[in-house]
Amino acid sequence: MANRKYTEDHEWVEVDGDSGVIGISEYAQEQLGDVVFVELPEVGKVLDRGDEAAVVESVKAAAEVYAPVSGEVVEVNDDLNGDPSLVNSDPFGDGWFAKLKLSDADELDELMDEDGYKKFVEGLG
Amino acid sequence: MTAAASTPADADLRRTPLHDLHVDHGGRMVPFAGYAMPVQYPDGIIAEHKHTRAAAGLFDVSHMGQAILRGDGVLSAFERLVPGDIAGLAPGQMRYTLLLNDAGGIRDDLMATRIEEDGADALFLVVNAACKDADFAHIADALAGAAELEILEDRALLALQGPKAEAALSGLAPDCADLVFLQGADMTVDGTDAYVTRSGYTGEDGFEISIPPGAATALAERLLADEAVAPVGLGARDSLRLEAGLCLYGHDIDETTTPVEAGLAWAVGKRRREEANFPGAETILAQIADGAPRKRVGLLPDGRAPVREGAVIRDAQGEATGTVTSGGFAPTLERPIAMGYVGAAAAEPETRLEIELRGRTVAADVAAMPFVPPNYKRA
Repeated sequence: MANRKYTEDHEWVEVDGDSGVIGISEYAQEQLGDVVFVELPEVGKVLDRGDEAAVVESVKAAAEVYAPVSGEVVEVNDDLNGDPSLVNSDPFGDGWFAKLKLSDADELDELMDEDGYKKFVEGLG
Repeated sequence: MTAAASTPADADLRRTPLHDLHVDHGGRMVPFAGYAMPVQYPDGIIAEHKHTRAAAGLFDVSHMGQAILRGDGVLSAFERLVPGDIAGLAPGQMRYTLLLNDAGGIRDDLMATRIEEDGADALFLVVNAACKDADFAHIADALAGAAELEILEDRALLALQGPKAEAALSGLAPDCADLVFLQGADMTVDGTDAYVTRSGYTGEDGFEISIPPGAATALAERLLADEAVAPVGLGARDSLRLEAGLCLYGHDIDETTTPVEAGLAWAVGKRRREEANFPGAETILAQIADGAPRKRVGLLPDGRAPVREGAVIRDAQGEATGTVTSGGFAPTLERPIAMGYVGAAAAEPETRLEIELRGRTVAADVAAMPFVPPNYKRA
């Protein structure tokens, strides 16, 4: 997936034109364990890069998910309300969190690509 | 994303005799009370939790403190430190009790079993891992001259919990079926001398098996070879005990909480109340008579979002009345549950409260505990 970019905090953004879908990585879902609740942002909310975009609750703990890029929330994945475990079973697909209308496409250049992220995760031991 | 769960295990951590077995079974090792312990295995916390309720889970609790207290009159001597009726224990009988401070606060909670060694009374004690050094120093010091404490430093402790625990263990230790809840006995388990109690921390029927460290891995593998038995980590141990309404020391009880506030007044024996000769008796007996200013209660938050330890609890008027001390997701009930302390006026079941959550509040009902009915073998 050439157009998926990653943060060091294990969020991803997959860009299509001027919008981007965001979620958390396979590594992140595995670290969290069973996800039991996801608090999604409201549609219309404007996020700066690094703002808290969502909260993921696993059985044990809550984790904050940060916006990998800046933009306005135009859609959220309501399926997560009924089945939060989609984050575990399909983190890059049905477990997506929100779609943003990007406000600064240049920010993407500062994120890791697939290979860069893979090396980053390997480096975490 | 930031998650507390991503803390790596530290090389300085102590290891239990089952450490390599955990790693072999894919356990994710995390620091806990100075030990590297498995928080979960590849199946995950929810699957491990449900397996324990449906079949049997095997837990390594070797990090807990085990010791034997000996001496003439040891049962009465130990009563100087705890409010439980220890002198009234029958041989092989086990009791939940509390080490108290002079203000009536709880230094630790523990299990005490009356055992017999060559006809002499002794007590087998199991205390919390995080408290064990302080507990054992306190017991040895306070009872110096009256009793002698032998710390079983490296001994392993396995817990086998769930409705299929008896079937799984009785193949290796047929005598285990003779025990009922809160009884213990010496027995041979798979050829090794062990001390087995019918007890646990999940609300399920089950056993705790105290064995020499060299025999622990072989026994665990024998038990895990039974398809009814799966390894279970600390994550599910916590969710199981929370559903069962059981306290976690350092969270739901500590030096600042009394047994009455904690809803543990049942652990203050009838004779002990009359004698009034345990630490903090004045405070505790006054609270038993007049009520405590605050109480530990169960909480059922509305909706799906778990509330966590430390969250402020507010009453119907919006006044802060206490805090959540344990909170999480209950796999059996598929909903969030919690426990915490509230003012006495807000402690009745079905009282409507508000709990702070990320800058807003969620409504919650005070609920009777346990959240999930226990499944003990009583007789």
